Amino acid sequence: MAITEENPGYKWVGTRPIRPDGLEKVTGKARFGADLALPGMLHGKVVRSPHAHAEIVSIDTSAAEAMPGVKAVITGADFPDLAANGAHAGDIDVATNTIARDKVLYEGHVVAAVAAITREQAEAAAKAVEITYEVLPHVLTVDEAMADGAPLLHDGMITKGVDPAPEDPSNIASKILHERGDLDQGFGEADSVVEREFTTKPVHQGYIEPHAAVADANSDGRANLWCSSQGHFQMRAYTATVLGVSPGNIKVTAAEIGGGFGGKTVIYLEPLAVRLSQRAGRPVKLVMDRDEVFRATGPTSGTRIKVKMGATKDGKMTAAEVWMAYEAGAYAGSPVGAAGMTAIACYDIPNFVVEGYDVVCNKPRVAAYRAPGAPMAAFAVESVVDELARNLEIDPIDIRLANAAVEGTQASYGPKFPRIGFVETLEAIKDHPNYSEELGPNQGRGVSAGFWFNAGMMSSATVHINENGTATVVTGSPDIGGSRQSMALMAAEELGIPYESIKPVVADTETVGFNDVTGGSRVTLATGAAVVDACRLVVEDLRSRAAKTWDVELDQVEWVEGQAQHIDGAQPPLSLGDLAKKSGRTGGPISANASLNSRGVGAGFSTQLCDVEVDPETGVTRVIRYLTAQDAGRAISPDYVEGQMQGGVVQGIGWALNEEYIHDTDGVMENPSFLDYRIPVASDLPMIDCSIVEVPNPAHPYGVRGVGEVGIVPPMAAVGNAINDAVDVRMTELPMSPIKVLEAITDQSD
Amino acid sequence: MSRTHISAVINGDETEFLTEDGTSLLNALRDEVGLTGAKEGCGTGDCGSCSVLIDDRVTCACLVFAPEADGATIVTVEGLATSGELHPLQQCFLEGAALQCGICTPGFLMAAKALLDRNPDPTETEIRYALAGNLCRCTGYDKIIRAVQEAAREIREK
Repeated sequence: MAITEENPGYKWVGTRPIRPDGLEKVTGKARFGADLALPGMLHGKVVRSPHAHAEIVSIDTSAAEAMPGVKAVITGADFPDLAANGAHAGDIDVATNTIARDKVLYEGHVVAAVAAITREQAEAAAKAVEITYEVLPHVLTVDEAMADGAPLLHDGMITKGVDPAPEDPSNIASKILHERGDLDQGFGEADSVVEREFTTKPVHQGYIEPHAAVADANSDGRANLWCSSQGHFQMRAYTATVLGVSPGNIKVTAAEIGGGFGGKTVIYLEPLAVRLSQRAGRPVKLVMDRDEVFRATGPTSGTRIKVKMGATKDGKMTAAEVWMAYEAGAYAGSPVGAAGMTAIACYDIPNFVVEGYDVVCNKPRVAAYRAPGAPMAAFAVESVVDELARNLEIDPIDIRLANAAVEGTQASYGPKFPRIGFVETLEAIKDHPNYSEELGPNQGRGVSAGFWFNAGMMSSATVHINENGTATVVTGSPDIGGSRQSMALMAAEELGIPYESIKPVVADTETVGFNDVTGGSRVTLATGAAVVDACRLVVEDLRSRAAKTWDVELDQVEWVEGQAQHIDGAQPPLSLGDLAKKSGRTGGPISANASLNSRGVGAGFSTQLCDVEVDPETGVTRVIRYLTAQDAGRAISPDYVEGQMQGGVVQGIGWALNEEYIHDTDGVMENPSFLDYRIPVASDLPMIDCSIVEVPNPAHPYGVRGVGEVGIVPPMAAVGNAINDAVDVRMTELPMSPIKVLEAITDQSD
Repeated sequence: MSRTHISAVINGDETEFLTEDGTSLLNALRDEVGLTGAKEGCGTGDCGSCSVLIDDRVTCACLVFAPEADGATIVTVEGLATSGELHPLQQCFLEGAALQCGICTPGFLMAAKALLDRNPDPTETEIRYALAGNLCRCTGYDKIIRAVQEAAREIREK
């Protein structure tokens, strides 16, 4: 068969072997964050604010310190005052979010922490820390926070991105703006204009493993830290900053990570565990309870978004106006920037204004969540696109095809797209049998699309050849969903040896070069490219050793299927095993390092098709069929590409139908459990059909784009559009819970 | 504080440990017995990550007090493979890529074993409802359901 783009002739890339770390995970041997125990280890417990917004008047730790088994109690006073040291604002926010100083900004904000011999003793001591608060008025939503005269979280917050800068502080941290063309002209050319306003609630990443950290500090200022995170180099950097020490003093070992979805790219427990360990002189373990995970970590933003779009009668979009406000939680940094860049990036629209606001409020600081910021914007925009298609009586795929971004399109956020596969995902949906499957009563079908940049960033990898010709592939990217398999597949392809001969390892911060976080769909792309680079250096070395052995020029030696071959066949081939065995005589151990800052990310697109059945008596929506088409660039490991696609979709279905943070009027979270914050369960769902589209990313050696995130962008509008198709109501609030759908149906029939 | 002496058969071994009365079986298994395969995802019986078999019945170990296990026969994920041979569910989870991060996997395996022990030929719907007490945030359940279907097929054909 000819080697083509569709059939590149790979032996390992694109296959479905068993993952290298699988056996340990099905037998219970894999060690996650909370599984480590050290001799003499203490148990820690964090003390959290019961108030949404309050001054800390006083903290008395004496009673707690006197309790049985208690070895250390710490408060904000046990950490350096970064503000007084003139630190960067972002670092000050990280530090005060880790442990409050003079003020608490949300219910669950850390105020103190204790360490004791047993878990029970630590819990009792935590309750004995006496804290006096002066409660302040709070703001919980963007509407409350942006209102005139709203109580301020940060007295010095002057909105960035506004010229001239406002004189007075507010809860608006920054404004973003993207514009092109002439809105009035664009709307004037439209035959249909749709304008809608949407609201979404904060939702949590919902990883099943709570945050956990074990620290073992030495009296010389050095410390060992084991934690479950999406990036142990990042944990090291943040922890060092908060503690005011050199990063080189902290060694971080990555535990297996039980889900993250962006929520484990930031620190919570790590500096507390190190400080408690320093104070107690013994190792300390801190593990969050589930309610702490909900109250104090993640979530992603609640939002208010207004969208106005116009199109001509042949479906050409002429103008788009988007206004969005994103909750940041307690500190600046909502994903409104990415939301503004992605909102209309699927389409080539000549006239637009996209305006966004990053708004602080008295809720936990938001953290990244899978394609941060994009899903809420897509819910709004893709719902309006659906309505335009209905008004103009155009097929929902056809209206998207008529405006789809292609290679050369100037993206709404600036650059021109290189080769992308959006059109191919639209066509994959249209050509799939699900698109024409017959629907029954109260059933409906919805289409939606999404874009995510994907990230590159920095990675390092080392490849060692063992004495028998097998290989160890060392990276520093925590494996959250099967990336060790991708590394091994690419290394097998490059070295020409079996996948089973390769052991991929995630090493600690002292054993491998720097790696940025496992996030931005970047690991197979960027860390994978580092692995490929390191393998190519090894192959170069192997060819050179063969050339020396045969006393020929390097260009006489090829590397084919795991062995050095003389181009004329003048010498018997030397296998990797042969060369490894003789390495002592040809220059010593065979190994290579590669480090890189990504050489070009590949934008990701997904188009999805959702069929629902709505019970008009109860408003309950059930997803009965689902299809997702996504451009992977190249699926190195198709099993785990599908896994990312399916997982993203199902998180999106949860966001669409069930999930939301509910706060009472005091700003206290009312549903901090998996019983009341209901993520989808197996009985809620059908199978999730996948269509992997492969339009290779020209900037990656295998064409990888990254697949982790874009899958969560389309589902909310896909579900909403399907509900509209089923019962003719346009849902503009998430979650589209039964009571809201029922109200919409009732209002419509009134 | 006095501690209670507990004897139980855990993964086929006569096992004895000391526990406080208020300690959950999950914490006792993890901290006292040294079996960390069962995970705590919630501590309130909502996520199923700590599912173990107690006298053949699938149970959230976080909801059972450790002293209640006295005299019981308990199987955890560490006891699922016998003599080094994987249970068909374990093999099918591996072959079917039915795990991503793997934190929920021990609980799913135990709940699925309990299902197949009583119903060797479940429908897709029966599998989905039998596993509805186990949360997975990574996979969307698709590959888990297929792996259980495949394991059921293999067990029936043995």
